[in-house]
Amino acid sequence: MTEPLKRPRRKDPLKRTQQPLYPQSIRSRTAHGLTKAAAAGRFELQTCDDCSTVFYPPRDACPTCLSERLPFKTVDNRGTLLAETTIRTSTDPYFRERTPWRVGLTKLDAGPVILSHIHGDVLEGQRVRLDLKLDKGGAPVMIALPEKDTPNMADDPHLREMTCDPKFRRVLITDGRTPVGQAMARAFSDAGCNIVFVGIADPWKPFPGQDELRKIERVEIVPLDVTDSESVTEQAEQNGGRIDIVVNTAEHIRAGGIMQRHGVTVAREEMDVRYLGLMRLAQAFGPAMRGRGADGVNSATAFVNLLSVHALMNWPQYGAYSAAEAASLSAAQCLRAELRSGGVRVMNVFFGPLDTEWFQIVPPPKVTPAALAKAVVQALQRGLEDVFVGDIAEDVRARLAANPKALERELAG
Amino acid sequence: MATTPASDLLGMAQRVASGAIKVVDLTQTLTQEFPTIVLPPEFGQAAPFRLEEISRYDERGPAWYWNNFSVSEHAGTHFDAPIHWISGKDLPNNAVDTIDPRKFIAPANVVDCSAESAVNADFELTVPFLEAWEKKHGRIGAGEWVLLRTDWSKKSYAEYAGMREDGAHTPGPVPEAVKWLVEERDVHGFGTETIGTDHGQGHHFNPPFPAHFYMHGKGRFGLQCLTNLDQLPPKGAVIFSAPLKIKNGSGSPLRVLALVEAA
Repeated sequence: MTEPLKRPRRKDPLKRTQQPLYPQSIRSRTAHGLTKAAAAGRFELQTCDDCSTVFYPPRDACPTCLSERLPFKTVDNRGTLLAETTIRTSTDPYFRERTPWRVGLTKLDAGPVILSHIHGDVLEGQRVRLDLKLDKGGAPVMIALPEKDTPNMADDPHLREMTCDPKFRRVLITDGRTPVGQAMARAFSDAGCNIVFVGIADPWKPFPGQDELRKIERVEIVPLDVTDSESVTEQAEQNGGRIDIVVNTAEHIRAGGIMQRHGVTVAREEMDVRYLGLMRLAQAFGPAMRGRGADGVNSATAFVNLLSVHALMNWPQYGAYSAAEAASLSAAQCLRAELRSGGVRVMNVFFGPLDTEWFQIVPPPKVTPAALAKAVVQALQRGLEDVFVGDIAEDVRARLAANPKALERELAG
Repeated sequence: MATTPASDLLGMAQRVASGAIKVVDLTQTLTQEFPTIVLPPEFGQAAPFRLEEISRYDERGPAWYWNNFSVSEHAGTHFDAPIHWISGKDLPNNAVDTIDPRKFIAPANVVDCSAESAVNADFELTVPFLEAWEKKHGRIGAGEWVLLRTDWSKKSYAEYAGMREDGAHTPGPVPEAVKWLVEERDVHGFGTETIGTDHGQGHHFNPPFPAHFYMHGKGRFGLQCLTNLDQLPPKGAVIFSAPLKIKNGSGSPLRVLALVEAA
């Protein structure tokens, strides 16, 4: 049984902080099929279109029939752990620091035999579930998990290396004035965060929910305005060295397209909050987080961007908003590359219209702030990178994958 | 050697230099945190003051420090030109760049209602109050500023903005008082310590926002977010308030100085 994680003790200030490392992460273009699935939390393997063979590792020709039609498809992840061993030494700097490290061979019911990391609660001969995860460097890896969830299984040190579990970590919610920010504060408090910093801009302006927000356990209200470089810098100077997860809840949602908008004042605000705001946060908090990617069990671990799914394809009814979201997404992709060397994950969470005042006249289905917050926490616990929340987001993703041009025309109305 | 007697103007400069004339800064420092007027969120919003470094003796400019700033015409201590309001939109020379620069220097009457405002955030400046003030301090002259001292500038930002569920609660004039100042006293303009020249609940007056409507309708000016009004005498101060020369500008943040005879 997994030893439950203990609340981390205060750091010895005389000790050097361990530098982040990540395992070898070069993958072939074909193998990035696994990256795609792992990033979204799906278990997919190449499955031959011609002879239905399921195989691993990724190849460009079917090992059975030499077909080249080899899409990644969701397959049954259950199997049996045939054999295991414990690695006690390694030439890889990342693993050298982490041995002993158990690995094992799993025979999947679907066919292939796969060499993978194994969870501490799994023993040779047992039934297991293989899970596709991203490792510290963002490369896809397999881990054999117990057949059924075991107590404290998320606290397993191997598994925790592959996830961004908020438990015992310190999170910064950048804007607590909104229903989404407040739902997020609640969800991270419930998820066992040590401190939930919640940024509030313009504290002289009252906002709904402020009394309830202050009552949430372990919430600390801090001054933060993502449109003000000085405010962001000051907050990072104050708390940047102990923030493990940033969740950027700063939003700017207004209906309207490009042509009918009267001037660019609102568009500037949108870009200031959504694009420059992200850049300010990245500059102020990013370097310290990247330096703390291996700082014990409560290392810096994730930067979470909340994005409209219309960052991926413009929705003219909210066209200017979509454009600002697209800018934010592009910046988030850049940040992902920049934080990678620190083992800090950038998680992009896409959603359709929210059940909040700025989407008042949009018909359901809509995503409630509580549902969004729950999805964010779960995705961090699973260590995902690309998350789609709700029916609209899933629908847009599917239609985009099938035919982007069709989606563009359909969204044009 | 006999010194040439100074002209009035140079004499004034000498008295400023010697401290015989005191210079009182009526300006709030432009900061990111200072409250800006809040409209319902579906309206366009006045941008608060923001500062972005261009360089600070670093790789962006090794030997120099400078910033870009952005701000609305109506943030911080600022000047309102007649063109700001629909009632003044067609007047001649109604924008900050076309106003006669002589008008940027004018005497001030400082109406102290700090005691009344301290006990009542919704204090209304009325004609009887102004008449009582005149009995004590003398008639408000044509072409003179009327500045409302409420000590609002001394409050915390939350109290200063006074935002509650039914809007802002800050002192200000009732419509009759503004009309009276413009029509009966021919004043130069109206200045306050609060976020705007109007009462916090001024949108419920008739006409709404009377300090804007009547003052700007008659080509008069506004000053708001003033501070240090408690250092001015009821009469006798001279106000220097030249806004930035923004093309067709409706107002501008500015440095407001008062010259006062030292006691």
